[in-house]
This record gives sequence, structure tokens and C-alpha cells, in this order.
Amino acid sequence: MSHVSVVTRLAASAALLVASSAFAQSSGPIKVGLMLPYSGTYAALGNAIENGFKLYVQEQGGKLGGREVQYFKVDDESEPSKATDNVNKLIKRDNVDVLVGTVHSGVALAMAKAAKDNNTLLVIPNAGADAITGPMCGANIVRSSFSNWQPGYAMGVVAGQKGVKRAMTITWAYAAGAESTKGFTEGLEKNGGKVMKDLTLPFPNVEFQALLTEIAAQKPDAVYAFFAGGGAVKFVKDYAAAGLNKTIPLYGPGFLTDGTLEAQGASAQNMLTTLHYADNLDTPKNNAFRKAYALAYKSQPDVYAVQGYDAAQILATGLKAVGGDLSKRDQLAAAMRKATVDSPRGKFTLSPAGNPVQDIYLREVKGNNNEFRSIAVKALADPARGCKL
Amino acid sequence: MSTATFLVQCLNAVQYGLLLFLVASGLTLIFGIMGVINLAHGSFYMIGAYLAFALAPWFGDWFVTRLVAGVVLAAVFGYLLEWAFFSFLYDRDHLQQVLLTYALILVFEELRSLLVGNDVHGVPAPSWLAGGFRLGGLMEYPWYRVFASAACLVVALALYAVVNRTRLGMMIRAGASNRDMVRGLGVDIRRLYRIVFAGGVALAALAGMIAAPLSSVYPGMGSSVLIICFVVVVIGGIGSITGALVASLLVGFVDTFGKVFFAEWSGVGVYVLMAIVLIWRPEGLMKRGF
Repeated sequence: MSHVSVVTRLAASAALLVASSAFAQSSGPIKVGLMLPYSGTYAALGNAIENGFKLYVQEQGGKLGGREVQYFKVDDESEPSKATDNVNKLIKRDNVDVLVGTVHSGVALAMAKAAKDNNTLLVIPNAGADAITGPMCGANIVRSSFSNWQPGYAMGVVAGQKGVKRAMTITWAYAAGAESTKGFTEGLEKNGGKVMKDLTLPFPNVEFQALLTEIAAQKPDAVYAFFAGGGAVKFVKDYAAAGLNKTIPLYGPGFLTDGTLEAQGASAQNMLTTLHYADNLDTPKNNAFRKAYALAYKSQPDVYAVQGYDAAQILATGLKAVGGDLSKRDQLAAAMRKATVDSPRGKFTLSPAGNPVQDIYLREVKGNNNEFRSIAVKALADPARGCKL
Repeated sequence: MSTATFLVQCLNAVQYGLLLFLVASGLTLIFGIMGVINLAHGSFYMIGAYLAFALAPWFGDWFVTRLVAGVVLAAVFGYLLEWAFFSFLYDRDHLQQVLLTYALILVFEELRSLLVGNDVHGVPAPSWLAGGFRLGGLMEYPWYRVFASAACLVVALALYAVVNRTRLGMMIRAGASNRDMVRGLGVDIRRLYRIVFAGGVALAALAGMIAAPLSSVYPGMGSSVLIICFVVVVIGGIGSITGALVASLLVGFVDTFGKVFFAEWSGVGVYVLMAIVLIWRPEGLMKRGF
């Protein structure tokens, strides 16, 4: 090898090095801040969301809008009192370009406020509080999941179509429960029924016996219940143990029977619930998603993983529109809003307020699955009350 | 409200009250006799429930055997816990007791998370208690709930008999009123405390095991029970078994009928009851009357 060729090669590689570092400066990695629950009751949900998000990014070769993705993680502990501090760690300390989070509605509301104050992009992969795409809505905030109102409204429509005239609702006295039952009441009233009484008990009280007796005495045509976790399990079991499920059908949003079926056992069989996802949706997109997820994480995906996956899709659409140029913040946010998301749950778009306009499915409990029955309401949009956009 | 509905609601109230008594009795023993503010009591209830879940595959339909095995395990656990931690607390102030017992809550919750995970699990009721009976054409009442109430009643009677009719009970009562005098009379007060503490833990665990098929097991199930138990203990009079029984039933009635008649205010009902009782009798319903 001659000296000349060595020198040429050195020069060439040096030039390449300079070029690539210059390239990196103009478009380094996108900083994504994941603020999710990694400990406590919702830890499993936080992990599923992160897995779903990263799965989509991997499918794009690890890049969104032509740029590498760098993750920053904060455990929000589902603790609203720490939410502002936690979100500021990501915004101020890590200087993230996009925030993704979270599960708990109270924490998500604090994140929405911080995102508005700092004009940071925010994608919410679960928290269903109506306010996020209502009075708190913002041009830089979108949600890849649902609003509490949506599954409730769809169940109300189904109940009305089944000829329910007099219904009762039961939930904990807190915001999510009130929003969900309000949706149900609206859906039912538009379809010829009426809610005769709303029963509530303080969160997280699980002594349902007194209210079950009240239901038995009033004999409504149907009952709509909103509970989650241990409360959902106990309510469904107590309802069946009181023999009420034989005479008065029990309806609810999907959360009443999602991830709780093993514990609910026989008492939940044949129950009808509404949600934007079902365990056995037989579409090519969903089948491919489930296969890829199972392969990557050695576990079955759930609705939370789907919401994480779609959060990444929405972000990708926005970044593609501006060619990965984060300085075009407003165009990016506008493009995210206009995304048509090819989700495992089925295609959906986003409303002007930033909430999915999506099909809500009617599902039936069979064994340990929430099986798809029919589309309860097609392309249902949240009314986004109080949103001034 | 019809008479039938009213009677069913009374039944609900009594049933809830009796289960509450079972948890609260252990707390009032430990609090009243040993003077220890035991915040970890709710955790013992949770441990009992998870014991029922863990032991279920081993015992199948041998439900009573399962309960006995669980109680024995819990008592041994309580005995060791007293020896390792609580025995150092008697001469210290309440703040240190609160710190230790609060730390225990965190430790037990984390251990639960590591060993069993954060999912909700159902615990099967024995098949010989499956099903229920019709109540006035209104609804079904599960046999298991009847069994649970009966079991709580039996424990209440047994506890009353032990405290009031046995030598051990006499020492417990004496130790509660004057610790130093009992020691002066040659009773090994440390051993006595150890037994009382083990008994208190066993009672809470038993309540958890009995409640498990009704409530399922889930993270944080102990904390909600703890608060209502302190309410019962304070209303009943600290250290009084009879007081705890009366207070549990009162709380059961206020909670049940509060939910029916004053849904908006049902969360504060039992606290209003507590405030009224404390204004009327600042030391609770029974002042160490046992």
C-alpha cells in the first residue's frame, strides 16, 4: 500500500467524520420523555404503554421522521401531588421535545397544564378525564386512548336499543365515575330510556351490599357500573352472589372486566361491556400487532399496549409532516391532529380537541377474554365540552 | 322502604359490623393493653387475605383446616414480630411506634408486590358453602356471608370468655390497668404482651382470611380497613372488647343506612358518629369495661 493512498483514506474518513457530526447537530435524536407509573398499582399499565410505544419505534427502524429516538423516563407513581415536579424534571432538566404520559387522570391534568405553560408537545396514552380534551384542551396536546364519556355513552346507546327503559347507575363518588355514568345517561336518554337513580359510594369503599339491596328493591331494567381493579372484581362477584345478574343485566365500560376476569371467574361470564378494543379483534393489523408484541415481550398485549403503540404513531405522523424538523412546532402539532391512525383497534382520526374519534365495540365476556360482539357506536367523538380551540 | 328491604338492610349492617369487629378486636387489644399504636394492623388483615389465597390450592375444600392453619401461621408470625421489633417500643413515645409500624406497612406492601404481584386475585369459597337462599323474593343471600357472620360471632364469644373467665384473661386485664403492679406480683409481663400481640395479629389475619372470598385480594386492601378500625376502637373505648363489638355494629348500621338514605354524605357518616360519641363520652362508649 502506497503512502498516498493511506493519506487519501485518512483524509476521506476525516471528512466523513466532520460531515456526520455536522449532520448530527442539525438533527440529533428526538428526546421523548416517558412519564408513566413504573411502581404501585398501575405499574403493569405503565410498562405495557412503554412496550407498545417502543414496539412501533422499532418497527420504523428505531427512527421517527428520520431521526433517532432518545428516551428519558420518570416514574410518576400515580401521585398527583408530585406530578408538577416530575413533569418539570423532563421539561426543564432533560429538555425533552415530546412528553408521553400518563395513566392516572389527576397526574395527566398536571402534565397538560405544564405542557401548555411550556408549549411542549404532549401525547396522553391512557388517562380518560374528560377535561383533558375539554376545558384543558390545547393545540399541543393529543390523546391516543379515550375520554371517560365515550365508552359510557356507547353502553347507553346499546342499553337503549335493547329496550332498557329504567336503569340505575352505580360508581365511586369521584370524577371518572361521574363522567362515565354521565355518558351512559346521555346515550340511554337519546335511545328512549331513563336513569332513575345514580348510586354512589365513597372511593375506595367496597361494601356494596347495602346498595345491591337498594337495586334489588327498585328492580330497574339494567344497571350500569363503573369500578376498576379490586372494586371491579368485588362488585361483579357480589352482584352475581346476590343473584341479581339473573334478572337485571349488569353493563359497564370495559374497565369493569379488563384484566380482572381471572379473579371474577364465573360471576362475569356473558357480561356485556363497551370499549375501543377487544381481545379477539380479527383484523390483519391487530393480528400482526399481537404477534409482534408477543414476540418482542413474551407476553400478550392489552388495550394499554395498543394506546402506547398509537401514541408513537400519532407522533410519527407529525414528525413525518415536518421532515423531523422540530423548529416547526406548530405545523408538527397541527399534523398530529390531522393523523389517521392505523391502530390495532381499527382506523381512527382525532377530533379538533385532540381526542380519538373511534369505533366503540360491544364485547362479551367468554372465559378469560372480552370477545368482540359488534360495533356499539361507529366513529364516536367526544363532545369536548368547554374546549375553546 | 318496605319492611322486607329494611330487614335485609339490617342484616347487611350486622354482617358488616361483625366482620369489622373481628379486625378491630385485635387492634383494640394491642392498642389498649400494650399501649402500642399499631398502624400495621391493616397489613396483618391483608396478610391474612393473601394467606387464604396462597393456602387455597393446598387445602381445597378443607376450609376450616385452612383457617386454622392460617391462624397458627399468623400467630407465630406475630410472636416473632413482637420479639424482633415491638418489644423495644413499650418504653418509647408514640412517634417512634408510628414510625416503626408505618415502615412495616411499606415493607409488607413491597413484599406482597414482589411475591404475588399487583394483580387482583379471587379466592374461592368452599363448595359446601356455595349458593345462597332467597330473601323475601328480593335477592339471594350467599351462604358464605351467613357463615362469615357466624364465625365472627363465635370468635367474639370466645374472646369474651377468654378475657373474662380465664387466668390468662385476668392477667391481661390486670396488665392493662397497671403494668408495674402486675410485674411486681411476679407475672412475666413481657411474655404476656407477646401472647397478646400474637393473638391480635391472628385475629386480624383471621378476619382477612374470612373476608378474602368476599372481597378478593388486591394491593392496598389493608389501608382502607385500618382507618375504619381505628374509628371503631376510638368509638368503643380503647382496649375494650365489648366496646369494640358495640361500636362495630353501630358503624355497620350508620354505614349501611347512610349509603341508602344520604348517599352524598355517606363518606362522613361514621366520622360524624365518632364525633358525637366523643363529645358525649370523651373516652369512648366503654372505658375499659372489657
